[in-house]
Amino acid sequence: MRNYVSKRAEEIPPSRIRKFFDLVLTMEDVISLGVGEPDFRTPWNICESSIYSIEQGTTSYTSNKGLQTHRDGLSRYLAQHYNLRYSADTEMIITTGVSEGLDIAVRSIVDPGDEVLIAQPSYVSYGPCVTLAGGTPVPVRCTEKDHFRLNPDSLAEKITGKSKALIINFPNNPTGGVMTESDLKAIADIVIDHDLLLISDEVYAELTYEKKHCAAATVSDLWERTITLNGFSKAYAMTGWRIGYLCAPQELLEAALTIHQYIMLCAPVMGQVGAVEALRSAEEEKNSMVNEYRLRRNMFIAGLNRIGLPCHVPEGAFYAFPSVKTTGLSDVEFAERLLKEQRVAVVPGSVFGAGGEDHLRCAYAVSRKDLGTALQRMDEFIKTL
Amino acid sequence: MDEKDLELLRILEENSRLSAEEIATMTSLTAEEVAARVSALEAAQVIKGYSTVINWEKAGNGEVSALIELKVSPERDYGYDRIAERLSRFRQVKTLRLMTGTYDLQLLVTGKNMQEVSRFVSEYVAPMDRIRETATHIIMKSYKENGNTLFELREPERLPVSP
Repeated sequence: MRNYVSKRAEEIPPSRIRKFFDLVLTMEDVISLGVGEPDFRTPWNICESSIYSIEQGTTSYTSNKGLQTHRDGLSRYLAQHYNLRYSADTEMIITTGVSEGLDIAVRSIVDPGDEVLIAQPSYVSYGPCVTLAGGTPVPVRCTEKDHFRLNPDSLAEKITGKSKALIINFPNNPTGGVMTESDLKAIADIVIDHDLLLISDEVYAELTYEKKHCAAATVSDLWERTITLNGFSKAYAMTGWRIGYLCAPQELLEAALTIHQYIMLCAPVMGQVGAVEALRSAEEEKNSMVNEYRLRRNMFIAGLNRIGLPCHVPEGAFYAFPSVKTTGLSDVEFAERLLKEQRVAVVPGSVFGAGGEDHLRCAYAVSRKDLGTALQRMDEFIKTL
Repeated sequence: MDEKDLELLRILEENSRLSAEEIATMTSLTAEEVAARVSALEAAQVIKGYSTVINWEKAGNGEVSALIELKVSPERDYGYDRIAERLSRFRQVKTLRLMTGTYDLQLLVTGKNMQEVSRFVSEYVAPMDRIRETATHIIMKSYKENGNTLFELREPERLPVSP
């Protein structure tokens, strides 16, 4: 029998998170700070509206772009909250999570041989998506010294004649780093100078604590060359609903829409109905979740620094990204031993690419009680080193 | 009263057993500042006390609770205040509110058993001057108290590690 697996699929390295996942499953009484999703339930009004719509028989395909009411609501929301102007009719697609949005965005712009710059540490899908589209991922390292912002000089260094696009994700998974308007302006100058396209994954936009999120497409003249990705998973605790959205100038949107209509047809309608309700009336629930994350963050970061794991204050998302350099262990050794010896699961930073080595990703989307216990156990572990 | 005070109140409303140290790490105040602010809020009677939400049904003490609706003739100059304040002083009355709608005062009353509750209503509440009518509703089961659901909610199942 032939080997049927495509060369392209073989090129994709297996996710290193998988190994941890399997290890955690074999153990009991583990506190997991390894979960990249909210620990809250979806606000009930969102669930209720979706249940009601199913009872009413709303179970069909929607238009490829998504429900009109959904896009209308979203267009208003983005304008009000982020000063982001996208037409509900021509510049917006509701996607099956940001994951699909990312895939169709990349596929609609990448030709074989194109290089796509990726600000790292980053979410694990960006590189593989670029590879699957036939492009070459080029990591750009963000460092703790810069509070994990994208440094314009590091970006400029990596640009070649083949560079086509840049993918950024702020607030950032795994570092919690954010980019202010002036940080983005410096990046915009380079992106525009080199005629690059920007893919900005802003799924953690609502989870910013000190400053209001600045949407990349509102900075300088980036709008015309930006694909904005976002979704409902993190802000409204709706990860399993799989609803995201892709916004872009019409010409770019049409290309992504062509791919979307063949591979996905439309995002699940029940999820879209829930998302409409989220925009309409879950502001208070969202704010109270964000407030709780902020309290946990303050408590957790203070704790990490106290037990000897230096950590910058993450201004967004729900991840702390402490350094383990002073312990003499690598991030992978630290994470494996912490799990085996003290039953706390964290994700080694190197899983997230360049700049992640010697760090741990600890998601503080767990109860304060569990965070407290996790800190105690980590403290115990560090004392044995 | 500033933003930090409001934050303290929200934290304490949810869990009043947190120590000043624990609250301090969450709010970026020192433990001393937290304690001072809480004392000030207590002195100003913004914080009226600290209580525990108990699922009495589960505790199995067999207490009975009833909601009692009262129609009351208001008093000149005082309205409902004097009679409401009088009623409030009974230990059996856990909550008392003035309502719009078809009746005036609403009482939440608890007692050891149904007899005790009905005796309280018929011997103390109903005979009071100005109380024109009472309606007693025994509470059969409570599903939510003060924002806390009393039934078991299954923990959401999350993958133990995810990107």
